[in-house]
Amino acid sequence: MTLATESVFDSSLPWKLHDQVSLRDEEFGALAYHHGTRRLVFLKSRDLTSLVRGLGEHESADAAMTLTIEESQRASYEKALTALARADIICER
Amino acid sequence: MSLRDRFEHGLSSPICLTWELTYACNLACTHCLSSSGRRDPRELSTSEALALLDEIAAMQIFYVNIGGGEPMIRRDFFTLIEHAVEKRIGVKFSTNGTRIDTTAARRLAAMDYLDIQISLDGIDADTNDRIRGEGSYASARRAMDNLKDANFGQFKISVVMTRESVEQLDQFEALAAHYGAELRLTRLRPSGRGVDVWEALHPTLEQNRRLYQWLLARPNVLTGDSFFHLSALGNPLEGLNLCGAGRVVCLIDPVGDVYACPFVIHDEFKAGNVRDAGFGAVWTSSELFRSLREPGNPGACSSCGSYDACRGGCMAAKFFTGLELSDPDPECVFGHGETALASKKVRLRPSSSPDHSRRVPVAISAR
Repeated sequence: MTLATESVFDSSLPWKLHDQVSLRDEEFGALAYHHGTRRLVFLKSRDLTSLVRGLGEHESADAAMTLTIEESQRASYEKALTALARADIICER
Repeated sequence: MSLRDRFEHGLSSPICLTWELTYACNLACTHCLSSSGRRDPRELSTSEALALLDEIAAMQIFYVNIGGGEPMIRRDFFTLIEHAVEKRIGVKFSTNGTRIDTTAARRLAAMDYLDIQISLDGIDADTNDRIRGEGSYASARRAMDNLKDANFGQFKISVVMTRESVEQLDQFEALAAHYGAELRLTRLRPSGRGVDVWEALHPTLEQNRRLYQWLLARPNVLTGDSFFHLSALGNPLEGLNLCGAGRVVCLIDPVGDVYACPFVIHDEFKAGNVRDAGFGAVWTSSELFRSLREPGNPGACSSCGSYDACRGGCMAAKFFTGLELSDPDPECVFGHGETALASKKVRLRPSSSPDHSRRVPVAISAR
């Protein structure tokens, strides 16, 4: 059970794309649809899309970001992943 | 470029695909968008419909909005929706509820990825049945009761906003709460048989302003992006707030014809047919869709400071009231649409082709 004080997204943990989410590539990035919550979410870049797609193959979200994202952009990607965690598009594994 | 601008250029596949399964209907609602009633003998066969679902899955279209006519009238209705769900295509279907008896309710409750929208256009039999036909209020409520008893979970009550129903918003909210249902409101459009009743039934300017405030305070009420023309009043309502026709939205009709949106079943907005080279070919290559993805022409709205908020409103509403597509929406919140309508010396309102209305009005009997 998650405590209210805990942050939604802990990047030191292993994450993955939620099983109930379909991801569709688009020119601007991708559309993600959660079949459980029926929510449609926009991934606003292709880099974010490949990061999200590959999350499940890395030992932690930190490791995934280190390998795929420029250090200078890390903060904005962490913010994006936090929003996706909140929408249940990605989840801990 | 904002996401909204990108959507205006179209997507690899639609976000919101509506598929009317049949023109056959056991009701004869006065505002029917698709002038439904009689089955079209050219209707897609079961195998054609299954193949279409396979293509929809391959195109990664997340869900389909199924409608009609009354979709549950098709004998293969369950075969089709079960196939869709197996392919992980979400199904949202609109129904008048007449076919949701206790057995159907249990079968529906057992399925995943399924949303049901039951149409109800008045809070009581009096207001509802004047639009949807005698007995239709009772049958819709019976369907809701059956779904509740079968523990279906959260279904949707779908209400078209008319001059009468807009005065019943709080009661609809209470009815939805009673069933643990979601409330979904949509705009009355002058499409199909709606062209005959739109003038008398569409909400007044004052009602539209109240509706906007009501919706703004209730982001959980679903609208299917119906009311983006009202976003010109201030803060945008929930949704993409743009005309998605041919860009993120389209319609496949029962005979496989593809139209730019569910509200323009008319030759002028027909992009092709799925029987020719499949749906994907129509979506990506149709000349009509390509032209709809070009930047819009603000036309008469170019000097209005709110153009960015409403983008000139609904193409279908303009077309079927006899306005030009570069005119303001007939229900423009600043009254520019009414002025435009009044200034047309002769209003040539296009008739909606095709028409599957039954020639004799029907009464449904309570079971």
